[in-house]
Amino acid sequence: MNLLKISWANLKDKPLSSFLSGLLMTLGITIISLLLLLNKQLDEQFSKNVKGIDMVLGAKGSPLQLILSSIYQIDSPTGNIPLEEAERLTRNPMIKTAIPLSMGDNYQSFRIVGTNQKYVDHFGATVGQGKLFGQELEVTLGSRVAEATGLKLGDTFASSHGLDKGGEEHGEGKYKVVGIFNPSNTVVDQLILTPLSSVWAIHEGHGESEGQHAVENLDADEHHEGEQHDEAHGEGGPRQITSMLIKFRSPLGMMLARGINTNSKLQAALPATEINRLFSLLGVGVDTLRAMAIAIMIIAGLSVFVSLYNSLKERRYEMALMLSMGASRTQLFGMLLLEGLVLALIGFVLGLLLSRVGLLLFSMRAEQEFHYSLSNFTILPQEWAVLAIAIGIGVLAAALPALGIYRMNISRTLAED
Amino acid sequence: MLASHQLTFSYSPTKQFTFQDIRCNDREALLILGRSGRGKTTLLHLLALLLRPESGSVIINDTDITQLSPAQTAAFRAAHIGIVYQKPHFVSSLSVMDNLLLANYLAGKPQDQNRARELAGQLGFADQLSKKTAQLSQGEQQRVSIARAVMNQPGVILADEPTSNLDDENCARVVTLLRQQSEQIGASLIIVTHDQRLKDEISNQVLL
Repeated sequence: MNLLKISWANLKDKPLSSFLSGLLMTLGITIISLLLLLNKQLDEQFSKNVKGIDMVLGAKGSPLQLILSSIYQIDSPTGNIPLEEAERLTRNPMIKTAIPLSMGDNYQSFRIVGTNQKYVDHFGATVGQGKLFGQELEVTLGSRVAEATGLKLGDTFASSHGLDKGGEEHGEGKYKVVGIFNPSNTVVDQLILTPLSSVWAIHEGHGESEGQHAVENLDADEHHEGEQHDEAHGEGGPRQITSMLIKFRSPLGMMLARGINTNSKLQAALPATEINRLFSLLGVGVDTLRAMAIAIMIIAGLSVFVSLYNSLKERRYEMALMLSMGASRTQLFGMLLLEGLVLALIGFVLGLLLSRVGLLLFSMRAEQEFHYSLSNFTILPQEWAVLAIAIGIGVLAAALPALGIYRMNISRTLAED
Repeated sequence: MLASHQLTFSYSPTKQFTFQDIRCNDREALLILGRSGRGKTTLLHLLALLLRPESGSVIINDTDITQLSPAQTAAFRAAHIGIVYQKPHFVSSLSVMDNLLLANYLAGKPQDQNRARELAGQLGFADQLSKKTAQLSQGEQQRVSIARAVMNQPGVILADEPTSNLDDENCARVVTLLRQQSEQIGASLIIVTHDQRLKDEISNQVLL
């Protein structure tokens, strides 16, 4: 028998009322917590993968789409560019490194990217089993690709057209697994890397003329662009790649972008600019959700207030009785505050649990669609601030009706019946 | 032992009370009779120091409780005065046992479950200890009130119209139990009432 036991008994005595208050508190905290978690995860993933890349060279179209496809491997590329022109532009002295990328095929929805060792080194990925791809049609798998597909060293497989699982299979040329990367917590984990020449080799021998594949710059078409035709066939098409990831020697390099955009058939996009734009677009949604969550928590506070206020009106005689039995007004005030506090704490704990469940669901979806993993469940420092706010609301909502204890006339209340 | 001396109190200029001196020794029972509106509840609240008199004093076992500070008053009342009200009231969210233990807890005394069970046996509600108070009949509830009033073995038991809502059988039972309990712990028993049935039970009487 103590004050905490009485507070808890009072909450249990009015189960629906307590449930509603607790639920509202939980809901508000779940939303805020989920926003904080997602924000952190997205921030981490986005900054980690864009680090060190100053500019991306690719086909004309949406700059954001170019960045998303070439750096994050999300969304379709904007099209292909002639290798020769790309190489020419990147011979500029202001450019320190240029990493070529060739995309358009997949295996079980994991993207096959033609590139060279510089790509691997840029992300700091190391080979765990086997070796790095070297010859045509050799591949090294990202750690998550190996896990999900079950491919092992020495296995061969055929790629499918486009970027989704359902594309047409390239039956003739088969890839061979020669290595598997260690987990690097970067985009490499979800890719299948191979030399540039592999991608060209796979698409040779289609026997279709260049003219039958109009290059379309929008993402509606999943079909792999850049038909390569063997010179021996006499059709003489230039070699194409999808994009180039570029590092400058100095910040002055940004001026190059403008020149390329206005004077050539290619596009130069700056990741920093585009990602900022993306976040400011997302930011509107996040702000709205955050405002909603705050509104819900305020309503939760109101619910605690109303519930306790009504409860107190009914329990006036009980309060007077306890005062006559020796309780001090401060003791009873404290007991009522405890009721608000307990509701706030329960709401917080449940809210935190639910937000992690929410994050898990988000993460499963993100993995399925984009192969990104968002599952970091540790408690963020901002969430302790949320706890303080929740306690503040619970205690304040309880304090207002509880103040009535100090104005109670014991004798009169006991004499009423 | 309780003695009061020239107590006066007014709720308003038109509603003023002056009370005759009251005295009740240990192991004695005193009946204070009067019709409604004669100030019976006011007198009882004054004796229990739930109300502060405008003049006069109340002495319980050599302590003039009108001289105590509010905090001291509350502590004294919790330890030395047991009150039984007309309509039994409890903390509705707690069980019968917890309501009895509450008397110990609020008086700052160790919680005595054995005493609670003993009283429950004597007063005939031993099977109800784990139930919520609202589940008991009115007669049972009133007997639980008596048990609660004596949990701390007070020196004075004050009862405000304890039988007015009860039928004859329960009325007789409550009076008997009150006398038994007060004698058992050596307390003074003062009953304030307009219930005529009690006139034959207690000889020591005062009329307001």
